[in-house]
Amino acid sequence: MKADIRVALVGNPNTGKSTLFNILTGLNQKIGNFPGVTVDKKTGFCLLPDGRTAEIIDLPGTYSIYPKSKDESIVFSVLADKAKGMVPDLIVVILDASNLKRNLLLYTQIADLKIPVVVALNMIDVSEKAGITIDVNLFAQKLGVPVVPISARKIKGIDQLKTTIAYANKIALQQDTIDVEAIAPRLIAQIQNEYKTDNPYFALQLAHQHETLGFLTTGESDRVEQLEKEHSFHSQKAQATETIARYNFINDLLYDTVKKPETAHDETVSNKIDKILTHKVFGFIIFFAILLFIFQAIFSWSAYPQELIGDLFLWMQSAISKALPAGPLVSLLVDGVLAGLSGVLVFVPQIAILFALISILEDTGYMSRVTFMMDKVMRKVGLNGKSVVPLIGGFACAVPSIMSTRNIENWKDRMITIMVTPLVACSARLPVYTLLIALVVPDRNVWWVFNMRGLALTAMYLLSIVSAIVVAFVMKFILKSRERGYFIMELPVYRMPRWKNVAFTMYDRSKTFVLQAGKVIIAVSIILWVLKSYGPGDKFAQIDKTYSQPRYTQTMTPDSLSKVIASEKLENSYAGVFGHVIEPVIKPLGFDWKIGIALISSFAAREVFVGTMATIYSVEGDADKMESVQQKMHSATNPDTGKPVFTLAVAFSLMMFYAFAMQCASTVAVVYRETKDWRWPAAQFAYMTVLAYSASFIVYHLLK
Amino acid sequence: MTLSQLEVGETGIVKEFTDLEMSVKLMEMGCLPGEEIKISRIAPLGDPIAIHVSGYQLSLRKFEASTIILQ
Repeated sequence: MKADIRVALVGNPNTGKSTLFNILTGLNQKIGNFPGVTVDKKTGFCLLPDGRTAEIIDLPGTYSIYPKSKDESIVFSVLADKAKGMVPDLIVVILDASNLKRNLLLYTQIADLKIPVVVALNMIDVSEKAGITIDVNLFAQKLGVPVVPISARKIKGIDQLKTTIAYANKIALQQDTIDVEAIAPRLIAQIQNEYKTDNPYFALQLAHQHETLGFLTTGESDRVEQLEKEHSFHSQKAQATETIARYNFINDLLYDTVKKPETAHDETVSNKIDKILTHKVFGFIIFFAILLFIFQAIFSWSAYPQELIGDLFLWMQSAISKALPAGPLVSLLVDGVLAGLSGVLVFVPQIAILFALISILEDTGYMSRVTFMMDKVMRKVGLNGKSVVPLIGGFACAVPSIMSTRNIENWKDRMITIMVTPLVACSARLPVYTLLIALVVPDRNVWWVFNMRGLALTAMYLLSIVSAIVVAFVMKFILKSRERGYFIMELPVYRMPRWKNVAFTMYDRSKTFVLQAGKVIIAVSIILWVLKSYGPGDKFAQIDKTYSQPRYTQTMTPDSLSKVIASEKLENSYAGVFGHVIEPVIKPLGFDWKIGIALISSFAAREVFVGTMATIYSVEGDADKMESVQQKMHSATNPDTGKPVFTLAVAFSLMMFYAFAMQCASTVAVVYRETKDWRWPAAQFAYMTVLAYSASFIVYHLLK
Repeated sequence: MTLSQLEVGETGIVKEFTDLEMSVKLMEMGCLPGEEIKISRIAPLGDPIAIHVSGYQLSLRKFEASTIILQ
C-alpha cells in the first residue's frame, strides 16, 4: 500500500498510544525493524476522511527526547534522519489529559523540532471525571497547534482526530516553547552553520546525542565532539537548564488553561488498591498466588490445544506418507519440515496464554507494582525489578522472554537477564523430565499427599530458578558496566485491561515467535534430517539388503521389520557416527552413543529427545505414546554389561544435562538478534555447557 | 534534609540535587526545584519508595531519593 502522508505517534508510556494506534490502523498493520537496531517498528495504514491514506508509525513511548533505553533512542533518530526518508510529515503527540504537566515536557521538545504537530488530548473522559477542567481552545491557541480531545479507550473523538490529521498544515505553526539558543548560543550557531540546519533545537540534539545517532558519520560525530570541547559544552548541565526552562513554560501554560481539584479521584482509588496489593504480607501472598495461577494456566489451559496441534501434524504426516510414494523428498517433507513445524507450533498455545496474562498485568498497572516490590531482592542478585517478567516468561519459552527484556533500561541488568533466562525450566524440557522421571522414580506417595514423581518435577523447576539466581549473582561481579543503575519509574493508576490490546499482544507475540524461532527450528530440523537419513559408505544399502532376506521378511511383520531397519539405519547414519564420536566425552556422565544421538538432535528443540528415543529403540506401535517409549527404554540393556541403561543415576544425570545445557538453536539466534554481538550467545553457550557437564558428572557419580 | 529521610505521608519541597546525572532524570520526571513531594508508601522490603509529585505517582530507590535536598 502506498501512503500519501506519513504520520508518527509520539507520547509518554501509559498514555494510550498503542490503543490509539490500534484504533487508527485496525488490523492493517505490520511489525518490522528500524534499520540497524532491533527495536520493533510498528506501522499501519489509516484511511483519512479526504480519501487519502496515512501511514502511521508507532514510536516507542518515552518521557523525553533524551533516551534512557534502546527503544527510546529510536524516537529522535526517526524524527531527525532525513537521509533514510523516515521523517514524518506530521507528528501526533498524545498527551494524558489527567496528567498534563509531565506529558507536556515531551511535547515541548518535539514541538521545537519544527515538524508539523497535532495534539491528541487522550483520556479526556478520565480527566473530566476527576474534576479537571481544560480550556481546550485557549490551550490550542497558546501552543499554536490543533488540539483534539479524545478517549482512545471509549473510541471518542477519533473521527475528529482523523479530520484534523487530514487537514493539518504542511508547515509547522507551533509557538516556540523556550529560548533554545540561550542554552549554548555559540555552539548551536556553529553546528547549525556546519550541518546546514535552520533548526537550533536539532543542532542542540546533535550536540547531545551525536555518539548514538546512526546517520552521522564518524567524521561528523568527531567534529561535533571537537566543537563541544571548544565551547566547553556540558551535556548534563545543558540538559538540566533546558528541563527547568521547559517546566517553567509548562507551569505558565497550565496556570491559564487547566483547573484542577486538590486530589484527583482516580488516584485515591488507586491508593486504596495499592494499600492491599503492595502490603507487606498480602502483597507477596497475592503476587505468589498470581504466579501460581500463571504457571497453572500455561500448563493446564494449553494442554488441549497442544494435543490438538500435535495430533493434526501426526495425521498430516501419516496422510502424506500414505498418499505419496516413499522417497527422499517425501521423507524430507514429513520427517524434516513437518516435524520441525510441529515442534514450533506446539508451543504457540503456551506463548499466547503467557503473553495474554502478562499483558493483562501490564495493562492494569500491576506489573509496575511487582517491579516496585521485587526491586530490592532482584537488585541483590544483579537483576532488576523488571527482570521478573522475562524470568516468569522463561517457564513457557526463553525466546519471547528474551525479546521482552528490551524495556530494561540498564544495559548490565538487561544482559544478565538475557544470560540467565534460558536456565529457567522452559516447557520444551517438560516432556524430557516427564519421560525420565516416570522411568526411574516410583509412582508412590510420601507423607500421604506428595507424589514422588511430582516432587521430583517440582525439584527440577526449583533448581532452574535457583540456578538462574546464582548465575545472575556471579555475573553481577563479572560484567563491568559504564552506566549507573537507577530505578525511576512511573506507577500508573490502576485501570481495567483493554481486551483488544490483550488479544493483539497475544497474536503479535505468537507471530513473532513463529517467525523468529520457526526459521531456526525448521532449518535445524532439515539439517538433522539429513544427518539422520544418510550415512557414510554403503551401509544403508547393506542394511536394506540384509533385511530383504526371507528369514527376516517371513518371520517378522512388515511394521516391526521397518522399525528395526529404521533403528539400524539411525545407528549407521551420520548422526549415529557423531553419537559414537562423542561417546568418549559423554561416557563420564553415564551416557552411551544412543543418548549422544538424542543430545545432538535435541538442538532443534529439546522435546525432540522423546521422538529420537522412540526411533533409536525402534518403538513399535504408536511411537508418540510416552508409555511405549518408556517401556522400551526401561528394558534397554547395555550389550557389554547386560545391565539396564537407564538407571536412576543416568536418568538424573540426563535431566541435569537438559536443565543446564543450551540445547536450543532458536534461543541462540534470538540472543544474537537482541545483543547484536556473537560473543554473547557464544559465552552463554559456553557457560551453560560447562555447567551442564559438571552438574551431570557430579549427579551421575553421586547416584551411581 | 533529603527526601529519603521523610516518613510515609510527609511532604517536602525540592530545593536542589546532590547528583547532576540523577537530577537530570528526576527533573524530566517532574521532580523540580520548588515542586512539592509527598511520600505515598514504602515498598514492603523497605526500598524503593513511592512518591506523589507533579500530579502522579513515581517510584525511586532510597539512594536516589537521598540525592534530593528539601527546603
